[in-house]
Amino acid sequence: MVDKSAVGATDDAFTMPVERGKIREFARATMSSAPEYADDPVAPIPPTFLTTVSFWSPPGQSVFAKVKMDLRRLLHGGQEYVFHGPPPVAGTELTVQTRVEDIYEKEGRRGGVMTFVVTVTEFRDAAGILVAEARSTAIETGKPATKEDA
Amino acid sequence: MTPTWDELSIGTECAPREYGPLTRTDIVRYQGASGDFNPIHHDDDFAQSAGYPTAFSVGMLQAGILASYATDWLGPRNVRAFGVQLREQVWPGDHLVCSGHVVARDDADRTVDLELVVTRVGGGAAITGTATFAVQ
Repeated sequence: MVDKSAVGATDDAFTMPVERGKIREFARATMSSAPEYADDPVAPIPPTFLTTVSFWSPPGQSVFAKVKMDLRRLLHGGQEYVFHGPPPVAGTELTVQTRVEDIYEKEGRRGGVMTFVVTVTEFRDAAGILVAEARSTAIETGKPATKEDA
Repeated sequence: MTPTWDELSIGTECAPREYGPLTRTDIVRYQGASGDFNPIHHDDDFAQSAGYPTAFSVGMLQAGILASYATDWLGPRNVRAFGVQLREQVWPGDHLVCSGHVVARDDADRTVDLELVVTRVGGGAAITGTATFAVQ
């Protein structure tokens, strides 16, 4: 069961180095052929690259631990990235913090309550300037997850 | 060549592009690159225990393919926003087609907004997306 009192909860900020090899690996895995990702020593990050933040978040302190979602009933509903200028480049160190923005329920089409959990992650550069934001919507289904219920 | 501002108007389409068939290796490669090791995407026994016929692709893989399709068109350094909604699941063996077009132009900011979609060949929309790009 999702714990609705988790709205407003944040995790502890941590740092994420943006690495050239990781950008090249991620671009290949997402089937990009752009030379900017593969060959530029100061490659920009691909639009969905910040999902790799999971490699840097300290174990056990994710806000999702506070939300208490059931992984077998978990669907990823949506994801948005906003860049306040050109995307961060290889060699940048980002400071990262996530908060639980909202938790709400909807009736699924086949019955069963679906719970939506919205988190926002902020990415700041060395000067403390907000350079990117990621907004994620996770869904806990009332029954085992199938997209037809969404 | 990346299109210029004068070459982009509302309705301008990016040529559709087919990807696939999506293999389990593609899925595992993405899981390694992204750090999302949910076994539901590579372990059939685990996927079946959750009620699925087999393991299925990571939603953020097809979202990432859609992002690559957009940045291959308008330039990796020009992206200012990218968002997706995950709709139909994608399965090993699926062929995917990415398409997209310009839906808005902001003269003051010199940005264009795109609507984007990943369609499963023989199926429906797997991912719908929006993006904003700065254009020279």
